[in-house]
Amino acid sequence: MPSNSAQPATNHEQLARGLGWFSVGLGVAAILAPRSLSRTAGLRPHRLLLTAIGLRELACGVGILTQRRPAGWIQARASGDLMDLTMLGIALASNRPKKARLVAATAAVAGVTALDIYCAKNLRRGPRGRTASGAIHIEKVVTINRSPEELYHFWHSFENLPRFMDHLISVRHIGENRWHWVAQGPATFRVEWDAEITDDRLNERIAWRSLDPSDVDHSGEVRFERAPGGRGTVVRVRLDYRVPGGLLGARLAKLLGRAPEQQIDVDLRRFKQFMETGEIARTEGQPAGRSRSNSLKFDRPIRNDLAAK
Amino acid sequence: MKATCWYGKNDVRVVNVPDPKILNPRDAIVKITATAICGSDLHIYDGFIPTMEHGDILGHEFMGEIVEVGSAVKNLQPGDRVVVPFPISCGACFFCQKGLFSLCENSNPNAVLAEQMWGHSPAGIYGYSHLLGGYAGGQAQYARVPFADVNPIKIPEGLSDDQVLFLSDIFPTGYMAAENCSIESGDTIAIWGCGPVGQFAIRSAYLLGAERVIAIDRYPERLEMARKGGAETLNYENLDIHDALEELTGGRGPDACIEAVGMEAHAPGVKFAYDRVKQAMMLETDRPLALRQAIMCCRNGGTISVPGVYGGWIDKVPFGAVMNRSLTIKTGQTHVQRYLRPLLERIQKREIDPSFVVTHTLRLEDAPRGYEMFKKKEDDCIKVVLKP
Repeated sequence: MPSNSAQPATNHEQLARGLGWFSVGLGVAAILAPRSLSRTAGLRPHRLLLTAIGLRELACGVGILTQRRPAGWIQARASGDLMDLTMLGIALASNRPKKARLVAATAAVAGVTALDIYCAKNLRRGPRGRTASGAIHIEKVVTINRSPEELYHFWHSFENLPRFMDHLISVRHIGENRWHWVAQGPATFRVEWDAEITDDRLNERIAWRSLDPSDVDHSGEVRFERAPGGRGTVVRVRLDYRVPGGLLGARLAKLLGRAPEQQIDVDLRRFKQFMETGEIARTEGQPAGRSRSNSLKFDRPIRNDLAAK
Repeated sequence: MKATCWYGKNDVRVVNVPDPKILNPRDAIVKITATAICGSDLHIYDGFIPTMEHGDILGHEFMGEIVEVGSAVKNLQPGDRVVVPFPISCGACFFCQKGLFSLCENSNPNAVLAEQMWGHSPAGIYGYSHLLGGYAGGQAQYARVPFADVNPIKIPEGLSDDQVLFLSDIFPTGYMAAENCSIESGDTIAIWGCGPVGQFAIRSAYLLGAERVIAIDRYPERLEMARKGGAETLNYENLDIHDALEELTGGRGPDACIEAVGMEAHAPGVKFAYDRVKQAMMLETDRPLALRQAIMCCRNGGTISVPGVYGGWIDKVPFGAVMNRSLTIKTGQTHVQRYLRPLLERIQKREIDPSFVVTHTLRLEDAPRGYEMFKKKEDDCIKVVLKP
C-alpha cells in the first residue's frame, strides 16, 4: 500500500473517537448491567431491549474506533440515538410517577445526538491522501527492471508522462525551463498550468513545480535509486496538488478521482509495464457477451492515445 | 464469433460476440481448435469467484492456430499451431525472470484490486474474473493472446490436440504439485482429489520417482482412473482416511500430501456442515476440509502441496500442527511456462499420453451442457473438451 505522510487528528476526529469509546462503554453497560442502566435512566428494565441496544452501541463503537472512515458509523450512532429518543419520548408521555430521571436521560441523549450529527457533518470524508487544507499528497514507490539512466531519460522528457499518467492529456515544452501541462478529469473539463523544473540531478532526481500557484498549485518529484542485487531501479514519486478552495477544489477531486493514491498507483504500474515490456496491459476492445467490452466497475479505462512506443 | 459467457450462478451460455482484435503490438490472435472446462471454472459456475460480470467470456485452457500477429511478434506467424499457457506473463519482470510466471507484475491491469484482496497482485489469467485482469477467455472460436512472443508453445507434427491441450493448465499443474513435494526415493505421496489435476499429479509423482501414490476420492470412476495411473485408492466415504493412511504407511504418514481439491471441498458429516454453514453466513469464503485432513495425516517434516484453488479466507486450520511438526506448505497458481518444453518432450517421448483424462468431447455450442455434466459428475464425467 502506498505510504502517506502522517496527519494529526483534527478536533472532529478526536470527537469521533470520544463518541466511539462512549458507545463501547454504553454498549457494555447495557449488555452486562441492563437493570442498573434502566433504573438510572428512569425506565422499567427490559432485558431483551437493552441487550439489543447494547449490541448496536457496541457495533457502532467498534466501527468508529477501527474503521478508516468513521463518518458513516457516526451517522449510524445518530440514527440509534434517534431511536432511543423516540423510546424515551414514549416513556415520558406515559403515566408514571417519577419522571425526573427520565427527563435527565432524555436531555443527555438529545445532547449526544446533537454531538453525533455535528461530528458526522464535519468529519472529513475524503480518502487518505487529502490533507486538512484540501490538498492532495501522494507518495508511491515501485521497482522497475531497468537502469536509472533509462528511466531518468524517459521521465525527463515530460512529453512522455501522459503516455502512462492517465489524468494528463499533454505536457509541452514551451520555453526555456517552461512546460505547459494539460490535465483532464473523467468528464470533459480540463485544468491547465505552466511548470518549471526546480531540481535536476542526472539519473537521480527530477523535481518540478507549477509557476502560478494561484490557479493550480502542483509540485512533484521523482527519485531514481539503483536497486540492490542488480534488480533495476527503485522509483519514488511524490505528487502534490492544491487548489485554493471552493468550486475548483471539487473539480480537482474529480480530476484525480475519489482515490488519488490509487490513480498514481495505477499510473506507476503502467510506467513499469511500459518500461519493462514496451506495452501497457489492457482489455478494452476485447470481446464480451454484453454491450461493454470490459467492466465499468472493476476495469480502469486507458485513453486510446496512450499507444506503446 | 461464438463464445461461452457467464451470466450468473449455474448460468453459462454460448452467444455471439465480436471477434477479438490485436490491441497491443505483442498480441496474437489464435483460432481455437480445442479448449477445455477446468475444475476451477466450476468455482465460477457455482458463483464463488468475486468480481465476475455478466457477459465475461470463460476459459483458460485452449490451443489452436495463429491467424494474426501484432507488429512486435517475430517468432510466430499465421499457421503456427500453438498451446497457450493460462497465466499471462511478460517475460521481463522480476518474477518472470525467476521462473515464477504466474506472478508476473505486468500483466494484470487490475493489479490495484488484487492488491487490496491479497496484499500484492499475481499475473493476469484468461477468463478468471476482473480481479485477475478481466481478460476474455478461450472457450470460444478465437482468442487474443497477449505477449505472444513469450507465452505460447509451438506444437510439432504428429501429436493430436487431445494429447497436447492439457499443457495449457492441468498437466503442468499436476506436475508442479508433485514437484513441490520434493520427492525422494522411497517416498509415498497421498493425493486428495482424483479430478483431472489429481490424475496428472498421480502420474507426475511416478514420473518424478515416487515409490507409492495413494489417491483419495469418493467417485468410483475417478478412483478407477487413478488406479489406471498406478495409484492405490481410498474412498473417504467408506473409511477414516487418517487411520487408513497410517496403516498403509507403516504408522508414519505419507511423506508428502497433495491437496488437489480446493475451496469447494466435500466431506461426510458434521465437518462439512460446519464449513457449509460458515460459507452461507459469509464467515468463511472457502472450505478447507481436504487441507485440514492433509495437514493432520502428513508425516512430520513432510510437505503439503496445494494446487487446489482458494480465493479468500479459511477457518480453523490446524496451524499448530503445521508449526510443531515442521510441515512445509507449497502452493501457487502453476508457473506453466516453466513446464511447457520439458513436458512436451515427455509427451513426445511417449512417457505419458495426457489424452487419457478426456471423458467427453462436445461442440462449443454444447458448453452449458458440458458445465452441468462436469459439475454434477454425470455420466462418469471427468474432463470435458470443447471443439469449436
